[in-house]
Amino acid sequence: MNMLEQLSGFWHWFIVLLTLVSIAGCLWLLFANAKAPGGSDTGHVWDDDLREYNNPLPRWWLVLFVLTVVFALGYLAFYPGLGNFGGRLQWSSDGQMQQQLAQVEQARNQRYAALASRPIPANAVDPEARALGRGLFMANCAGCHGADARGALGFPNLADKDWLYGGDPEAILASIRDGRAGQMPNFNAMLKAEVVDDLVRTVRGWSDPALPAEVRERGMKQYAYTCAACHGPEGRGNPAIGVPNLADATWLHGGSYESVRQSILFGRRSNMPAHRDLLSDAEIHLLAAYVYGLAETP
Amino acid sequence: MDPQPTPVAYQDQVIRQFSVMTVAWGIVGMAVGVLLAAQLMFPALNFDTAWLSYGRLRPLHTNAVIFAFGGCALFATSYWCVQRTCRAPLFLPRLASFTFWGWQAVIVAAAITLPMGMTQGKEYAELEWPIDILIAAVWVSYAVVFFGTIAKRQVSHIYVANWFYGAFIIAVAVLHIINSLSIPVSLTKSYSVYGGAVDAMVQWWYGHNAVGFFLTAGFLGMMYYFVPKQAGRPIYSYRLSIVHFWALISVYMWAGPHHLHYTALPDWVQSLGMVFSLILLAPSWGGMINGIMTLSGAWHKLREDPILKFLIVSLSFYGMSTFEGPMMSIKTVNALSHYTDWTIGHVHSGALGWVAMISIGSIYMLIPRLWGKPQMHSVPAINLHFWLSTIGTVLYIVAMWIAGVMQGLMWRAVNDDGTLTYSFVESLKATYPFYGLRLAGGLIFLSGMLVMAWNVWKTIEPQAQPQRRALPAGAQA
Repeated sequence: MNMLEQLSGFWHWFIVLLTLVSIAGCLWLLFANAKAPGGSDTGHVWDDDLREYNNPLPRWWLVLFVLTVVFALGYLAFYPGLGNFGGRLQWSSDGQMQQQLAQVEQARNQRYAALASRPIPANAVDPEARALGRGLFMANCAGCHGADARGALGFPNLADKDWLYGGDPEAILASIRDGRAGQMPNFNAMLKAEVVDDLVRTVRGWSDPALPAEVRERGMKQYAYTCAACHGPEGRGNPAIGVPNLADATWLHGGSYESVRQSILFGRRSNMPAHRDLLSDAEIHLLAAYVYGLAETP
Repeated sequence: MDPQPTPVAYQDQVIRQFSVMTVAWGIVGMAVGVLLAAQLMFPALNFDTAWLSYGRLRPLHTNAVIFAFGGCALFATSYWCVQRTCRAPLFLPRLASFTFWGWQAVIVAAAITLPMGMTQGKEYAELEWPIDILIAAVWVSYAVVFFGTIAKRQVSHIYVANWFYGAFIIAVAVLHIINSLSIPVSLTKSYSVYGGAVDAMVQWWYGHNAVGFFLTAGFLGMMYYFVPKQAGRPIYSYRLSIVHFWALISVYMWAGPHHLHYTALPDWVQSLGMVFSLILLAPSWGGMINGIMTLSGAWHKLREDPILKFLIVSLSFYGMSTFEGPMMSIKTVNALSHYTDWTIGHVHSGALGWVAMISIGSIYMLIPRLWGKPQMHSVPAINLHFWLSTIGTVLYIVAMWIAGVMQGLMWRAVNDDGTLTYSFVESLKATYPFYGLRLAGGLIFLSGMLVMAWNVWKTIEPQAQPQRRALPAGAQA
């Protein structure tokens, strides 16, 4: 037990005495009334017709009461409860947790030992490694990326072949281990109001032949000046720094006119947390294989 | 004892007011509950409106059914019981009237501020500090009226129902005032004076005793008056009532930590909460035995009297949930049940089965007496209400038992490598059908309350002045 959790001597004895006196009081109350003689009626009458019998306490009920008291005293002898007295078993919730964790870790390390050293593409097609990876994915990733790994608004789809930061084993491993911080700056202050509409329509209609030529011309002029440095002259993005491809149909933050306008004017921040302190290397390795396999298998 | 009792001018206006509002707030609180149950199935039912969202309406539901519905029922029945069993009119009737209007003001303030998102963030004690002060004022007035009436009594012994009502009134005052102590930073925001694990412990000392004194001791007071009165039978055992009363009110105070098993609360506190919760089993059952055994020798009355059915079935649900509670407080069981819908089922077996059904039965008994009618407008409608309530409650708790145990098992299932077998959303998906069953149970229970509202209205509606009928044409001749 942590020293901080120790009670001072006064409070220790206060708790011990208050507990034992309360339990003893229950027993006294019970037996004082179990023995008391009484007629069949107390003789009191209220509100014209409310009367009371004075039947003895039901035997089974009395036994039940005593049994719960006996259990309580027994429990307090073996488990912490009476102030600083830790109980004969020296049990603590923290100790129980550490013990169970150690068991789990031992079992886990045995199962991971062989798989953790195999290359990711090999694990990605191995049923056992995939099953372990799926368990890790459900417990650690599904909250944002979804149980089916298809993502949600702001959270990338991991089951397709479109990768923000690259889809080779090393890139996936790095994304999980070290996390990713995506940032689209805001251009609200830089853009002239009349050009925003052209820019939004150009970005949304990158491969759309129906987009009027003059809109595309004005939009591309602004694009070359403001956007091309990161998203590239062709709008293909840059996986090295996680810049999305604008020319495809995937829109991380939504592809509606309003969503794209919002992204341009007010920017976006995305954060994939680093897992190196949360998961072991073997777990990250298995997770990366599972995610790699999601995109590689139809 | 008194062969020729002199008539006492009882103060019944405030009881009429509280009785009618019991039904009204019952319908409001349960309707919000049904909406919440539907939102769990169909989240779009919050209509993307902040004040219709689950997180804001949920405390409105709990406050409305516990403090508005349950509270009005307790005020009404305690004011009736204390006057009749003391043979004395209410002490300071104008103060009693203040408790009615003050309590309604608290409820209306809750119904406005909770959907606006104003909260202290303490379960069952969400209301902000100005409302807390009004609650304290109403509650102290309630105590003055109640104990003042007892002091004026014209019978020597204090009836057992009044012990329970009295303990409930004192304990709730202490609990409310201590748990709500906070430092206001503005008219609508305050922070608790407690911090960390102490705050959690004070909150659940309050929270569990809100169950123990508001929802148990208070309604046991109701039981001790209305069950023997309606059955026309003496209370089974006076000494059992002594033992279980003192044991109940002293042991309940210890049980709060079982809400905080496996948390940052020190292990010794958790253990004490658990063992005293187990010791609480027998004292809790004492009330059930005394109520049900009171009927021995008059079981046939259950066949024809639907009010008695309400009272006795409520005692069965009381016995069931006071057995379930101590079991759930055992750490091993709690490790499975905590945070699951099992807890919701347990609460509703107490709230619908015990609290609501005993209140409904008692109000059905009071209404005709308060308005000077021989009986309720429709006795078959009471019977219909009884079956709707029973079926609704059973559907509700069965759905939540299955859902809760299933969630507990799914959440703890681990693979060989220690990872969780199921993601949270998988357990949610598995719960979905049971949310549907729960919604059905809630709807059935609510429909019973609507039957009650109709029946109460037909009983108390002001009759047109008895007009002299137009005489038949030939009569004048």
